[in-house]
Amino acid sequence: MAEEKSILVCGELQEGIMTPLTLELLGVGRKLADELGEGLGLIFLGSGLNKVAFKEAVASGADKVYVMDNPLLKDYQTDSYVTIMDKICRKLKPGILLFGQTSLGRDLAPRLAFRLGTRLVMDCVELKIDPQTRLLMCTKPIYGGNAMARYVSEAKPQIATVRSRAVAPAPRDPSRQGEIIALEESFDPSIIRTRVVSRTEEKEGAGKRLETAEVVVCGGRGMGSAQNFACLEELARLLNGAVGASRPPCDLGWVHSELQIGLTGKIIAPAMYIGVAISGSSAHLAGVSNAKTIIAINTDPEANIFRAADYGIVGDFKKVIPVVIDTCRKLLPK
Amino acid sequence: MNMIVCVKQVPDPETPPKGFKIDPAAKRVIPPLGAALVINPFDENAVEAALRVRDAHGGKITALTMGPPDAEDVLRHAMAMGVDEGVLLESPAAEDFDSFVTAYCLALAIKKIGAADLVLCGREAADWNAAQVGPGIAELLGLPGVTLVKNIGLADGRLKLERVIPNGFEVVEVGLPALLTITNELGNPRYPTVKGVMAARKKEITKLSPQDIGADAARWGGGQLKLLDLFIPVQERKCHIFKAETVEEAAVGFSKKIIELKPT
Repeated sequence: MAEEKSILVCGELQEGIMTPLTLELLGVGRKLADELGEGLGLIFLGSGLNKVAFKEAVASGADKVYVMDNPLLKDYQTDSYVTIMDKICRKLKPGILLFGQTSLGRDLAPRLAFRLGTRLVMDCVELKIDPQTRLLMCTKPIYGGNAMARYVSEAKPQIATVRSRAVAPAPRDPSRQGEIIALEESFDPSIIRTRVVSRTEEKEGAGKRLETAEVVVCGGRGMGSAQNFACLEELARLLNGAVGASRPPCDLGWVHSELQIGLTGKIIAPAMYIGVAISGSSAHLAGVSNAKTIIAINTDPEANIFRAADYGIVGDFKKVIPVVIDTCRKLLPK
Repeated sequence: MNMIVCVKQVPDPETPPKGFKIDPAAKRVIPPLGAALVINPFDENAVEAALRVRDAHGGKITALTMGPPDAEDVLRHAMAMGVDEGVLLESPAAEDFDSFVTAYCLALAIKKIGAADLVLCGREAADWNAAQVGPGIAELLGLPGVTLVKNIGLADGRLKLERVIPNGFEVVEVGLPALLTITNELGNPRYPTVKGVMAARKKEITKLSPQDIGADAARWGGGQLKLLDLFIPVQERKCHIFKAETVEEAAVGFSKKIIELKPT
């Protein structure tokens, strides 16, 4: 590849399949590459990587798929991944390097940027090329989402992490051609300074359900207690949905942190979101702004959530929710 | 255990979104009139994390901030929570500085303070939400780093950490010295006590200048992140509010709308 002329996406796999965010990175990566007249590469790091995923990456827009398969890279670890990506970036010299705003991206991208002596913008919701300078313009929320900032940098590579569900995923075209290239970088294992001893992940739990539920009923600080969440669980059940929360109920220990929706929690895009006793801070709304219909219940007519909702009612959830539950029981098929 | 916690003063993130304005010429966000300046909430979690380590294992905690003279308030808040010492690093005289400059200056200040076994940072600042300074300091100081930490255990000079991952957590081991970024899942920070506030008022705050720490402006020249544009996103939805004589009546119409729009 020519000097600093290409876009490189760091791909992530879940159970051998590209994550939805990886497909979104390929979608925006392809657009940027086409605009610049450059190539789009995708890199997978890991161990025992699924070869089908490489072909899928080509079908989803990658011109080159780089594979760094090494037992030492089986799970994400800061030192090994930063070291390998540093070597790879110095060899491939991408002009733009994209990560998902994920557990891996939040850790790897900043550290890598500092190692490469470049700059980065995290949690981008929009990426565009400036037609004059041909530099990458990155737009991201600031002040917890109350404002947006657009940045550019001349340092190379230009690094950005992209928020989930912010950009469109790549269309799939199985007739696309591309190259699959096995990389052979090595590193001294003694650079590894941290070790993951165990992982506790609820595969089928409440947090996981939140990510795919079409209806989400969310409680906020105004719920007042853990016990009061029970009525939200009942409503969610009747609507075939899941329960979520803004940050305060999680910080107060009323619900598990996995249920947190917002800037530093989950980003969801259900067909229907019902916010109960939630003020609607920008940080929380950042997690649901792409929901199809936003519905709110709050005692405060000035609550910010009403500025962001499609439908609302000003009232105490203790009076409103029983009516909603009752009506659902009467009118919805069992 | 010598600990240094990096803290930042930010406009109160609890400030209602209504009333935020932009000064397009200065490219500054203007929080609404009367918005308080507070310690960055994630940095407060980091202070709490340090206090818990000290409660269990002993040690000394220094709070470090880079900012204008008024930023002293966040150091006093940290000391009122129980932190031992405070250091105020004067911001460099740069026009606008990005996360690299911040990390570079804080890293030098940490070297100047010296002997840190553990450096703690909040995961991101509630104003610019860059989330880079913690990992940046770790890289500049050559320290192992673990992000998104919600629990710190220590045994035989090694840390055993709980790190947040989607839908769960992982247990990560690392030796000292190390840098950790702390997330709110750690739990609510302790309130400063009245006694703590009084004691904090009497303490000396060490003041450092960029010259004191050997900051070299040439290090961050060129390639700086440039802020092109600031804007407040326009809300596109228009809310229909259900009203009636009583809330319960209004709730009936409200419920029917939910059922109508519920996905099949």
